[in-house]
Amino acid sequence: MAILSLAFKSLLNRRFTATLILVSIALSVSLLLGVERLRVESRNSFANTISGTDLVVGARSGAINLLLYSVFRIGDATNNISWKSYRKFADHSLVKWTIPISLGDSHLGYRVMGTNQDYFLHYKYARKRSLAFDQGQPFEQVYQAVLGHEVAEMLNYRIGQKIVIAHGAGKTSFAMHDDKPFEVVGILEPTGTPVDRTVHVPLEGIEAIHSDWIAGRQVPGLKLSAEDTLKKNLTPKQITAFMVGLKSKLATFRVQREINDYRKEPLLAILPGVALQQLWDLMSVAENALLVVTILVVAVGLIGMLTVMLAGLNERRREMAILRSVGARPGHILLLVTGESLLLSLVGMALGLLLLYLGLFMAQPFIEANYGLHIPIDFPSLREWMILGLVGTSGLIIGLIPGFRAYRYSLSDGMSIRL
Amino acid sequence: MPQINAIEVDNLRFAWRRELPEVLHIPQLEVARGERIFIRGASGSGKSTLLALMAGVNLPTSGEVKILGETINRLGSAKRDHFRSDHIGFVFQLFNLIPYLSVLENVTLPCRFSHLRKHKATESGNSLHDEAMRLLGHLDMAHTDLVHRPVTELSVGQQQRVATARALIGAPEIIIADEPTSALDSDMRQAFLRLLFQECEETGSTLLFVSHDRQLEPLFEHHIALDEINQTPVRSV
Repeated sequence: MAILSLAFKSLLNRRFTATLILVSIALSVSLLLGVERLRVESRNSFANTISGTDLVVGARSGAINLLLYSVFRIGDATNNISWKSYRKFADHSLVKWTIPISLGDSHLGYRVMGTNQDYFLHYKYARKRSLAFDQGQPFEQVYQAVLGHEVAEMLNYRIGQKIVIAHGAGKTSFAMHDDKPFEVVGILEPTGTPVDRTVHVPLEGIEAIHSDWIAGRQVPGLKLSAEDTLKKNLTPKQITAFMVGLKSKLATFRVQREINDYRKEPLLAILPGVALQQLWDLMSVAENALLVVTILVVAVGLIGMLTVMLAGLNERRREMAILRSVGARPGHILLLVTGESLLLSLVGMALGLLLLYLGLFMAQPFIEANYGLHIPIDFPSLREWMILGLVGTSGLIIGLIPGFRAYRYSLSDGMSIRL
Repeated sequence: MPQINAIEVDNLRFAWRRELPEVLHIPQLEVARGERIFIRGASGSGKSTLLALMAGVNLPTSGEVKILGETINRLGSAKRDHFRSDHIGFVFQLFNLIPYLSVLENVTLPCRFSHLRKHKATESGNSLHDEAMRLLGHLDMAHTDLVHRPVTELSVGQQQRVATARALIGAPEIIIADEPTSALDSDMRQAFLRLLFQECEETGSTLLFVSHDRQLEPLFEHHIALDEINQTPVRSV
């Protein structure tokens, strides 16, 4: 359309201010889209942490607390559960599989988790993806360990290396189980979940390193060598929690109720999906705050455009009068001025999108390496298109403000040129 | 068959607002087609107001303004705008050009808004570009060096000639020139007027030339002194 080409040329004539507006819109739009994408992807990755597990069972506390320590390795269990209780439900007729887990020790800041081979068989993340080995195989003996991908990568560990487990979950611990080192036998492929940051050892291993410990310290007179310990019965007496896979999903609530009503020990069974949702809702406040801030940043960008457009309008009354004299109708003037804002918003958005993908390409390896979050470089989602549509519409509406003002000027000024 | 006049004004009255005193009252004014009229008036005498009324930008409080037989104050605003862009070319006192358009784009600008003028400009088989160059050539402005310069770098005289070519493109029936020479020195003034007359003659356009500069008056065949035809009571100064 003729008038839009005029708008384009007029902007070209003011390329310095136009570029500044474009930069501010592009930056704010890429920020908004970036935050949105990060939000969606972190949400996905969060929901992907655990999959295919019907129930998580631990000592009675809160659902979110249980989920945090059992799945995310955040915080500590308030209490353990007895091996007896675990066995009772592991042998339940409706239960297909269970994964016992035992937490409480660490290795250089990474949590150590005692479990059994069923973990490598049944634990699933993302959309029912099983754990896979990058190198090596599952542990088979007491003093063997399987490392999560990040642990191996950050500490530069290889198969066959011996590692020492520290007592407690802190990064620096003075109580070391240095008399019973573990041999690395397997390294898992990256999962983007807390599994990457976990050192897996057999339950018996956890039992073994604590066999000569009482109340959190090694008792001097009781010291047992690693070999001697193996002769003892290493069946654990307690575990921290266990995950349950059922034969039929329909039995979920029945088994959950049975566990929660268990008389002999106060247990809590949670549905991981429900707890994840609760946890996410807790975090969504911060998430929404971030989104609001970025929306405000876009608003500031657009208001900057409005300011520049309005400020320039008075100087352009002459231009409007000339256009009127050569036959432009007030509607044309409206279209010209509004078209300029629209063009700026559209080009700004396109640049913002470009900036987003540029940023994604550069930040993707960094985010993945440091936060275990894989952000796929896809086409914009429907939601992102909707956001862009909304920004464009806002640009148009904001552009109508100087547009209508110019329209009114052109009606009142007519062709008289004000000097 | 009587020829339709270019301009007919009948009992025209105009006030900026109803409660304000009248600034113009012209009982009768006729301009035949093809005439060159000099409209003289001191500044503030309502010259620009009269032009705005003739162009249909402002509407008379009462009375009629007929342009080319069309009573334009009876047309709706969109139609008036249309009529103006089809039939009237303008040259103003100063800074006539759109700064962000090239010389050629400035000259062909009216054709973006008026199909009629675009049609007329290209009737002879010329492209718009050629027609613009032809007009610029007549005004001694067709040097490639000048045409490609940003309009803001042209001298005032050159700018006025570009504006004239723009007013003339598509051969509108009426050319309204509002003090187009006041920014030029007297030698330039004469040369500019000669070019303007020549072009108006060629296209058969009626020229309405408004100025307070009496030196130019002898060059025109018809003169109107606005102070004399305007019947409003004497205003306090």
